Amino acid sequence: MAVVPENTGSGDAGGLLGWIDARFPLSKLWREQVSEYYAPKNFNFWYYFGVLSLVVLVNQLVTGIFLTMSYKPSAAEAFASVEYIMRDVDWGWLIRYMHSTGASAFFIVVYLHMFRALLYGSARKPRELLWIFGCVIFVLLMAEAFMGYVLPWGNMSFWGAQVIVSLFGSLPVIGGALVEWIRGDYVIADATLNRFFALHVAALPIALIFLAIAHLMALHEVGSLNPDGIEIKEHKGADGHPLDGIPFHPYYTVKDLVGIVVFLLLFCGVIFFAPTFGGMFLEAPNFEPANLLQTPPHISPVWYFTPYYAMLRAVPSFAGTQVWGVLVLGSAVMVLFFLPWLDRSPVKSIRYRGPVYKIALAIFSVAFVILGLCGMKPPSGIYPFLAKICTTLYFAFFLLMPWYTKLDNVKPVPQRVT
Amino acid sequence: MHKHIALPAVLLAAWILPAGMALAEEGESYQHAGTDITDTESLQRGARNFMNYCSGCHSLKYLRYNRLGEDLKIPAAEVAASLMFTSEKPFDGINSAMPADSATWFGKRPPDLSLTARAKGVDYIYSFLKGFYLDKSAPWGVNNMVLPNASMPFVLQSQQGLQKPVFKNETVDGEAKVVLTGVEPLLPGSLKPEEYDQFVRDIANFLDYAGEPIKAKRQSLGIYVIAFLLVFLVIAYLLKKEYWKDVH
Repeated sequence: MAVVPENTGSGDAGGLLGWIDARFPLSKLWREQVSEYYAPKNFNFWYYFGVLSLVVLVNQLVTGIFLTMSYKPSAAEAFASVEYIMRDVDWGWLIRYMHSTGASAFFIVVYLHMFRALLYGSARKPRELLWIFGCVIFVLLMAEAFMGYVLPWGNMSFWGAQVIVSLFGSLPVIGGALVEWIRGDYVIADATLNRFFALHVAALPIALIFLAIAHLMALHEVGSLNPDGIEIKEHKGADGHPLDGIPFHPYYTVKDLVGIVVFLLLFCGVIFFAPTFGGMFLEAPNFEPANLLQTPPHISPVWYFTPYYAMLRAVPSFAGTQVWGVLVLGSAVMVLFFLPWLDRSPVKSIRYRGPVYKIALAIFSVAFVILGLCGMKPPSGIYPFLAKICTTLYFAFFLLMPWYTKLDNVKPVPQRVT
Repeated sequence: MHKHIALPAVLLAAWILPAGMALAEEGESYQHAGTDITDTESLQRGARNFMNYCSGCHSLKYLRYNRLGEDLKIPAAEVAASLMFTSEKPFDGINSAMPADSATWFGKRPPDLSLTARAKGVDYIYSFLKGFYLDKSAPWGVNNMVLPNASMPFVLQSQQGLQKPVFKNETVDGEAKVVLTGVEPLLPGSLKPEEYDQFVRDIANFLDYAGEPIKAKRQSLGIYVIAFLLVFLVIAYLLKKEYWKDVH
């Protein structure tokens, strides 16, 4: 049995680790990425959601692998195979609830993680590419969640897929052929389920893992920002380390552990006591199998898509086509990519911004939540009107940003973190 | 960091409140069933009632007889003797006695009820079974408050008796309309009203169990999981505090 030496600092240690280090940069990686990666010491509540995204990603990958062992990706067997997992597979119910709750948890932590960037200017130079990798992850996550939602082959899965896939049909000229190509049939059918399964369990997870690694590599290259929005690398001590930085391990590993346990308390609370979350995480019509002849009483996507679904419906058809709503939906996601260049404020953190940005961010947040609510409701009464207003506010927040961020009365920024 | 707690709290509240409102508004006004998934005796009575009055037409194809026996603490011999009416294997799903070509009997094939409690809720089932009323124009002479024009005959009529509809004349948007407002007893059945309520409550409870057999165990297990995490939280917090002593 090889003994791991005390000194893991140098690459020329003996023993098993020395043998590995001579052939693979294990100690070097650990040092550079963890034990000597200096993070600002003033991270607050908002800085837990990055590591929580990683926790949920691992949860989805591991539970997903076990679900795949018993799930049958065929229109004839899918629904029954999910019930088989829920009833006959040992602990299958737990694995399934961890996966279904994990899907919603993923969007909760990712939305909060993105909101953090709006609070503290995390997307600003030199973190533009870090932000763009994050945006690509968000887009792929939406595709992953949508296709995963179809797999249980419940009636809402089926009709949700019918509605979302048909959106592509509104594109001029190629629309009809494109929809048929995506579905592999004239309706959502066995062929569609099969290809969605392939994308959900192989193609998209691989892409997500690569992007998550790229996201972390970009982060560790430029270093983490912090609630003061200032660069800790600009003030280094005699040892060459940032004065306001502390090694990620052990300081943030132990601190993140606390955050992870709090998250797990909420996560397990849902899994064990409210796995359907009142029909928001698992919708009631999805406990009936897919039925081509019977639509659910009211088709709406899962909660995490509803803000964008509301925007889609808020746009009226115009010049004989509904393509405008689809374009607005796509633009609402694409506009996120440009955030680093839209923000022209001389300061990054909301702590030193003036009232204009604070009000703009507050309005944006409320508008996004109201959009989410509108997307859950049938398009009648006050909801279509609210959705139109809030869609406008959503885009105004981004498109007017170059002007209102410049106008703002910013406060002086401290040299060192507070 | 405490001064920054307010913002996340407000944000979370902003998310949860509309969601709660959305759920509250959408809930249909069914009668509250008041079932208890941990009440094994109620589940046993519900299983008996289901097998006697429902399983002739309705299957529970995802629930196996032996699983039912284990979970409801009914001995295997008792399950075979009293609950398995067709000569099936103990590990079979619960089948109805309906032949395959029976779709035409009621206009449609009686649905499988394995997941009805999950799709519609126990209150729906409870209200449905209490909602039959006399309607001479319907094929089976009865209609239903919860599911208008239901194609199901009222198989529990000898238990509940018969109810008659109560109509009211209302003016909606300037138009005179006859609105069904409720039902009232017409003929008594073999059970008193509160006995009948318990009878159908047991069926609703049993169907809740059938929809998710693990439900009761899941909840009792969850208490241990949360208790463990709370203890772990204290340890993790103390560990963090110890390490962070030298960070100023």
